Amino acid sequence: MEAYKRVALARKKTRPTGQDFIDNLFTDFIELHGDRCFGDDPAMITGLGLLMDMPVTIIAQERGKNTKSRVKRNFGSSHPEGYRKALRQMKQAEKFNRPIVCLIDTSGAFCGIGAEERGQGHAIAQNLMEMMSLTVPIISVVIGEGGSGGALALGVADEVWMLENAIYSVISPEGCASILWKDASKTKEAANCLKLTAQDLLELQVIDKIISENHRDFKNVYRELTIGLYKSLQKNKAIDTAQLTQNRYQRFRKYGAIESVSD
Amino acid sequence: MLSKGLFKKPKNELEAQHRIKRKTDPAIPSELCRSCPSCKQLSFTSDLENNFHVCPKCGHHFRINARQRLNMIVDPDTFVEQHHDLSSSNRLEFPGYDEKLAQATLFSHENEGVIIGTGKIGDHEVALFVMEATFMMGSMGQVVGEKITLIFEYALAHRLPVIGYTVSGGARMQEGMLALMQMAKTSGAVKRHSDAGLLYLTVLTDPTTGGVTASFAMEGDIILAEPEALIAFAGPRVIEQTIRQRLPKGFQRAEFLLEKGFVDAIVPRSTQKETLNHLLTLHGISKGGDEDGSI
Repeated sequence: MEAYKRVALARKKTRPTGQDFIDNLFTDFIELHGDRCFGDDPAMITGLGLLMDMPVTIIAQERGKNTKSRVKRNFGSSHPEGYRKALRQMKQAEKFNRPIVCLIDTSGAFCGIGAEERGQGHAIAQNLMEMMSLTVPIISVVIGEGGSGGALALGVADEVWMLENAIYSVISPEGCASILWKDASKTKEAANCLKLTAQDLLELQVIDKIISENHRDFKNVYRELTIGLYKSLQKNKAIDTAQLTQNRYQRFRKYGAIESVSD
Repeated sequence: MLSKGLFKKPKNELEAQHRIKRKTDPAIPSELCRSCPSCKQLSFTSDLENNFHVCPKCGHHFRINARQRLNMIVDPDTFVEQHHDLSSSNRLEFPGYDEKLAQATLFSHENEGVIIGTGKIGDHEVALFVMEATFMMGSMGQVVGEKITLIFEYALAHRLPVIGYTVSGGARMQEGMLALMQMAKTSGAVKRHSDAGLLYLTVLTDPTTGGVTASFAMEGDIILAEPEALIAFAGPRVIEQTIRQRLPKGFQRAEFLLEKGFVDAIVPRSTQKETLNHLLTLHGISKGGDEDGSI
């Protein structure tokens, strides 16, 4: 399938959002709010729940389902307090030895005056740094749109998975077309060049697994994710913590490591 | 300059010739003078060089390249560059990227957008990285990310502090997700260095934006900035397009970040070496090459 068709599917308004995945993957979910510094970011849902019989910390980006909730959720674009809330929950997960599941779906971290004033760059940077050394297993799943740094801030994980029609990109195809070619009509071409589909990213080893998808019915997706997440988290829980963080470092260390650059 | 008949209205073209001439820019060789983008005053290049490339009239900091910075802060003849030869390849076969890389190499006389190595500042042994704006605006692709990771790993192995000068437009989109992954990779390297109790000090220079701001630029134990440097996650144009408002003057400048609590201090170029030296001393960084902690 052409890359831009995937972009359209990933952004489709009827596509299930973070909250749908929480409702279908976990039981006994309880949402926990706030970053303890500035406020609560509705674009980021965090809380605790059970994955089958395993307590987990859940971090999910939420873009909203109708106009009203989309406005409330800021269309899934987090402010710094969203990333700080996520980090607070992840640190707590580490304290109580709970695995972490991150569900990524954002067009990007929010670009605005408040976001810059409160240190968007700093908030994302802290997440990248801290996630690298968390001593509990982390699995991140790109369920819709994985937009640049705002997505990566939940993406430093032991395993990164993508849904078949999800995208994960350094920049939106629109942004790429207008910056590189000063021509917004070249969006489709940009989508192809950026290698943002799950298939491309599996080949580049940016992700570890694709969850196949029938985009009209997500029941199978939920079932596959529940079982897959459970198995992988159990597997990673068995690994010694020093080894776990070492593996995570090496997972990201390989991109552009000298051997692969020179060939 | 004043000549006879200056205020006389010319009767014909010949008479008016000296005035027509005056309309064109004075023929000053471009290497002799530079005009300040901030106060528009002309300064002799030699004066600028003696003044750390800072406008003597208004204090504007001209953009300078990485080698010039190294000369300003590192003790003479102590810098030893590492991995100079690393250069990028077009792994995603992104259209036009090969040409851009070739142009950037020609234009910047560097192989990539960052220089790494070791040197001494006030006789303190340090590891350094200095980003190069003339190489594709210091954007971070795999080689930039790799070099920064390598210098942190080297510094960890040899128990050295890292001093980093940042200037960047963000992640390099021609390398797609492999460029974005460098944010995670470099952050991991910073974290390991930090967990070992070692000092990391950044100096943010104009402009530091995007994926570099959202990774190693903002992860320093101490974050310094040059006066008036633009430091942002999203650039001002992107924000203006998103919120459809003009941004207030001075927004996202170093002084603004200081006020909001995101940088420790603003340090003009003339006192940067002194300040770095001072901070290294206060952290008890040993002097000379034969420190006990080295492995």
